[in-house]
Amino acid sequence: MSTVTAPPRHLAEPDPAEPIAPPVETLRQAGHRTREDVLSLLGAVVGSVATTWLLYTRILPFSGAVGFTVCWYAVFVAFYAALTALTQPRRIVVDRVVTAVVMAAPALIGLALLSTVVSTVWKGLPALTHLNFFTDDMAGVRAEDPFSMGGIAHAILGTVIEVCIAVAIAMPLGLATAVYISEVGGRGAVLVRTVVEAMTALPSIVAGLFIYSIWIVNLGMETSGLAASLALAVMALPIMARASEVVLRVVPNGLREASYALGAGRWQTVWKVVLPTARPGLATALILGVARAVGETSPLLLTSGASTFFNADPLHDPMNSLPLFVYSAVTTGSPQMEQRAYAGAAVLLVVVLSLFLLARVAARGRKNR
Amino acid sequence: MSRAAVSTPAPSSDDDWADDDLPRSLAVRYSLQDRVFLHVVRVLAFTVLAITSGIGIFLGAQSVPTLRHYGLSFFTEYRWLPSQDIVGIAAVVLGTLQVAVIALLLAFPLSLLTALFITDWAPAWARPLLVRMVDLMAAVPGIVFGLWVLIVIQPHATEVTHWISKYFGWIPFFHVRTDVDYPIWTQAPGYPSYAGSAAIAALAVAMMIFPMATSVMREVFAEAPAGEKEAALALGATRWSMVRTVVLPFGRGGIIGGTMLALGRALGETISVVMVISQAFEIKPYVLESGTATISALIASGFKEASPAQLSALLTAGFLLFVMTLVVNSLAAVVVARSRGGGVTEL
Repeated sequence: MSTVTAPPRHLAEPDPAEPIAPPVETLRQAGHRTREDVLSLLGAVVGSVATTWLLYTRILPFSGAVGFTVCWYAVFVAFYAALTALTQPRRIVVDRVVTAVVMAAPALIGLALLSTVVSTVWKGLPALTHLNFFTDDMAGVRAEDPFSMGGIAHAILGTVIEVCIAVAIAMPLGLATAVYISEVGGRGAVLVRTVVEAMTALPSIVAGLFIYSIWIVNLGMETSGLAASLALAVMALPIMARASEVVLRVVPNGLREASYALGAGRWQTVWKVVLPTARPGLATALILGVARAVGETSPLLLTSGASTFFNADPLHDPMNSLPLFVYSAVTTGSPQMEQRAYAGAAVLLVVVLSLFLLARVAARGRKNR
Repeated sequence: MSRAAVSTPAPSSDDDWADDDLPRSLAVRYSLQDRVFLHVVRVLAFTVLAITSGIGIFLGAQSVPTLRHYGLSFFTEYRWLPSQDIVGIAAVVLGTLQVAVIALLLAFPLSLLTALFITDWAPAWARPLLVRMVDLMAAVPGIVFGLWVLIVIQPHATEVTHWISKYFGWIPFFHVRTDVDYPIWTQAPGYPSYAGSAAIAALAVAMMIFPMATSVMREVFAEAPAGEKEAALALGATRWSMVRTVVLPFGRGGIIGGTMLALGRALGETISVVMVISQAFEIKPYVLESGTATISALIASGFKEASPAQLSALLTAGFLLFVMTLVVNSLAAVVVARSRGGGVTEL
């Protein structure tokens, strides 16, 4: 915490005239947990499990794991409060109850997240353990065929192509917009910023519908990877512009002024001072934008069409992608395809996770220098 | 080397120029490089402006043919029957709001408590880790949560919704129009009545909006003045009384703003909702009962067989969704901006 100021230097230094070693200060243990606290917590846990088990499964006509957990938690909080109330004043009882409630929320979310990841990987495992799942496409593979046939290589390829095109469109435009808003300024910048900020509210499905009605219905183009890329770009453009602008805004003004004072021009200041200073933040913002685009399904649903075969040409023919593969596999309703969907979702999770780690590395790389 | 040549009018030969202390007029003349840079950036930014505002205008313009074709019944009609050309959005708007509000009711307490846990309960070494986990959760695709809710959670969730409707069915919201007392309820003729409801879809949406709400709240809570927190603790406050008297009042703007941003996100969430719900166009308060419809799910399922008039009806629905999200987001931005005192420290 920043409120503790360091002692003046001359006090900390030993006086050379009197070489008395200052007494070694040991940090006190500031822990506030006594044996009684631990035991009452333990007692509450054991007591509540036993009571709930007895009531829930033996006496009351309830069943089900969810109900058991909820009842156990309520009983636990009550027991914990009662045990604490035996020895502690009321405000400490309240504090402990609130602590128990506050701890439960992240625990619940953590469990849900863990369950999401584990169940996705676990149910996808039968398909994931076949190598052909990563090297083959689904052409001619029926839903009930064994996992040694068919794969999602076409969907991975499609995702890579679509996201690359979308990023190639959205990233330069977004960055240029951010530079314009934050480095050029003026009345135009206010207008651009207002509109861009408003458009971050555009739901992704509406972006998809926009491209569908303009590109496919009005212009008569076919569903293709390019249409999907355009939809993704339209969706990601305001998000990337806004995120980069936020990063550029926190570049200290002193740096810009120092640059101007040294005689640098506008372009030199932006290129040599502002952008390098903001680079880690920009990298993080842009990679997170890419991660968002990779996982987005709804614009693709309308624009790309779902193929079962390899298609490396974004201009013609439908092109599948990972999220779309997962969606269409689930909607077939066949148990085999469901497992393939889980496997596809697991691959998607791995992709997003690695992008996320990349963003972390990009954010840290600069700081260590 | 190019530089911004700042040319000042050369002092005239008259000696009296030093007397008047008027500010010099600076005629800024940019170098060629700078002029190219400014020009290119301006053109790109206005391209983006044209694209983004073009979307808004295009969507808005679609409501004209829609209203001309369907009239005001577009807003009051609840059925969506493209084959009979009966199209209205009353049911989908209600469904959208129901799903979003339930998702918010589920996510809000969890977000608030998690944000408080991260800033005030977690040990210092765990904080960055938890923040990173929340950020990571924000990147999890909606389809993954949709899949999880559809296949892993739904069997348990229907158990809970069955229980609620059995004992609290007298509250209209929790009513399910089936025989709740059927002995083996999973085999009851009404069993499908519990799957694919607005409440279960809201579970997936809650997972999607939780990270956003949490990170906004956490950022504001983390800015709570340390001096006041320490003062409260020094006066003998427990952790909870410190949080109640310092952190929560300070973070009120963040709580409201984060919640509204999450609501904006929840309104537009598509794929996880499409996967879970069984689509039904009906105006009803029974959120635990199977069958609901949202604007985004309607677009996702209805675009294929749409005639031009119906496509523009879908675009109008999309425009309405966009406007709803925009209003909510703008309000949230105002609230959050107001709660953040002070700017960034100047170097």
